[in-house]
Amino acid sequence: MNNLELSKIANEVRKGVIKSTHAAKSGHPGGSLSVADIMTYLYFEEMNVDPKNPKWADRDRLVLSKGHVAPALYATLAEKGFLPKEDLLTLRHVGSYLQGHPDMKGIPGVDMSSGSLGQGVSCAAGMAVAAKLDNKDYRVYAITGDGEIEEGQIWEAAMFAGFRKLDNLVVVVDNNNLQIDGAIDEVCSPYPIDKKFEAFNFHTIVINGNDFDEIRAAFKEARETKGMPTAIIARTTKGKGVSFMENNVGWHGKGPNDEECKIALEELEKAGEALCQM
Amino acid sequence: MSDVKRIATRNSYGNALVELGKEHEELVVLDADLAGSTQTGVFGKVFPERHINCGIAEANMTGVAAGLAASGKIPFMSSFAMFATARNFEQIRNSIGYPQLNVKIAASHAGISVGEDGATHQCLEDMALMRQIPGMVVLNPADDVEARAAIKAAFEHVGPVYIRLGRLAVPVLNDEENYKFELGKGVVLKEGTDVTIFATGLEVYETILAAEMLEKDGISAEVVNIHTIKPIDKELVVASATKTGKVVTVEEHFTIGGLGSAVCEVLSENAPTKVLRIGIDDVFGESGPALELIHKYELDAEGIYKKVKAFVK
Repeated sequence: MNNLELSKIANEVRKGVIKSTHAAKSGHPGGSLSVADIMTYLYFEEMNVDPKNPKWADRDRLVLSKGHVAPALYATLAEKGFLPKEDLLTLRHVGSYLQGHPDMKGIPGVDMSSGSLGQGVSCAAGMAVAAKLDNKDYRVYAITGDGEIEEGQIWEAAMFAGFRKLDNLVVVVDNNNLQIDGAIDEVCSPYPIDKKFEAFNFHTIVINGNDFDEIRAAFKEARETKGMPTAIIARTTKGKGVSFMENNVGWHGKGPNDEECKIALEELEKAGEALCQM
Repeated sequence: MSDVKRIATRNSYGNALVELGKEHEELVVLDADLAGSTQTGVFGKVFPERHINCGIAEANMTGVAAGLAASGKIPFMSSFAMFATARNFEQIRNSIGYPQLNVKIAASHAGISVGEDGATHQCLEDMALMRQIPGMVVLNPADDVEARAAIKAAFEHVGPVYIRLGRLAVPVLNDEENYKFELGKGVVLKEGTDVTIFATGLEVYETILAAEMLEKDGISAEVVNIHTIKPIDKELVVASATKTGKVVTVEEHFTIGGLGSAVCEVLSENAPTKVLRIGIDDVFGESGPALELIHKYELDAEGIYKKVKAFVK
C-alpha cells in the first residue's frame, strides 16, 4: 500500500476518533490522533492479521499499552474490517463492547486488555517469548505513550526484553511530548528516551511518527534487526490533523462537543478531499 | 508427633510442576529470583527452556505471564506471597484478572511461618487481596498431598488461580491413596456437635489436635478443612454451622479478609451464627523461629484449644 492510500485510511481513522469521542462525550482524542498514522501503518502494511479470524494463532499481535487511545485502535480495526464502523458511535456507552480502554474479551482484534499504564510492554514481551518457545515467526508490537514510560514497569520490561534478545518485539513510543499535567519534560522528564532504550539493549530508531516514509523505513529496519528488540521513538504531534487540538494538552482527555466535532470533521473532510486530488 | 512426616508445601509445588511439565508442553514457569526458595528451580533443572527467571521485577513478571497466557501457554508464576500478590496487585488485577487469563499464581512463604525474616516478608493479606479479584480461584492447601493435588487442579482449571504455599515443613495428614481434591469443596475431617471449626492451610493440622484436646473436655468439635477459600463451599459452611450453632475459623492470615471473612459473609446472609475468627488480629508479624511465632500468636493447637473452649462456654 502506498503512502497516499495509507494517508487516506489514517484520515478515516481520525474521523472515527472524532466521531466516537464526540458520541462518548469523553475519551482521549489528542493521543489517538497522534498515533493514528502508526496505527494505520501497523494494521494495513506491517502486521499479518486476518479480520475474519481475529484469534488466528499465528497472527502478529499489538498491545496498546497506552490503552486510553483506544479510539484510534477501534477506528483502525473498523477500517480493517474487524468490527462495524457504526459501532464506533457506541464507544463508552453502557452495554457497548467498545469499552473505554481495550478489552480483549469482548472486542475482535484486540490482542490484550490494557489501559493501566506501564503494563503493556511486559505483556508484549510475554507474547514474544511464547513465539520463541513455539518456534513461530509472528511478531509483537507494543505502543506506549511518552508520559507512560515514567512508569517503572516499562523499564523492568525493557530489561527483560533486551536481556532475552526478543528481536520479534517492537516497542513504539508515541512521543507527542504531552501528558495530562503538561509537557513531559516539565512534569518528570523521561528524556533522552532513545538513550534509555539503548542502555537496555534495544536497537533504537528515532522518526517523525506522522510521516509514512519514515514509519515504513523504521518498521523495515526493525524487521531486519536480529538479536535485540527494537524501540521506535516516534515523534508525533498530539491532536494531529485537527488544528485546534494540535499540541494542546487540553485535548488529552475530553471529547469534542457538537460544534467542535463539526469543525474537526470539516477539517478532516477537507484533508481527505485534498488527498483524493493527489 | 515427631514421627509425623513433614513436608513444606513449596516442595510439593516444585515436585508437582515437574510431573505436570512432563505431560504438558504448554506449561511454563516464571520466577523472580527466588527459584531456590519457591522451588520452581526443581522444574527449571528438568525443563530449563520453560523456566523463565524474570529477575527481581515482579510487576514485569506478572505482565509476561499474562502475555504468555494470551498466546496459549499456561504459566505458573512464583515468588514469596508478599511479592507475588501485594507488590504487583494491580498488575494481577488488570493484566490477568480483567482479561481472565489462564495464569496460576503460586506463592510460597505465606503467613507468619516465614519466621525469622520478619514482618516485611510475612504476607498475611494475600488471600484477602486475591479474593477481591473477580474470577480468581484461591487455594490454600493443608499438606503435601493436598498441595500437589491442588497444583494439578489449578492447572486443569481454565482461568486465574492463586495458590498459597508455605516455607515451613508441615505434617502430612492426608493419605495419598484415598485423597481426592475437589475444587470448591470443603472436607469434613471430624464430625462434631458443639462447634464447627473451619481451618485452612497449616492450621488444619493444629485444629485437628485442638479438637482432640476439646474432646477430652467434653466438647465435640466438627473440623472442616477449607482448602478452597474462593469459591467457598457455601453449602457445607451453612450446613455445618446450622448443625452445631457455633463457628470458629482458623487461619495463618489476617482475621480481616481471609477465611474468617469469607465464612462470615456466607453465614450472615444465609444462617446468622456467632463466629470466632482466629488468625492474626490487625498487627504485623515479627522475627523468630516459625514454631515459636505460631505459638506466640496462639495459632498452635494449644492456642486454638484455649480460644475455642472459652468461646464455646
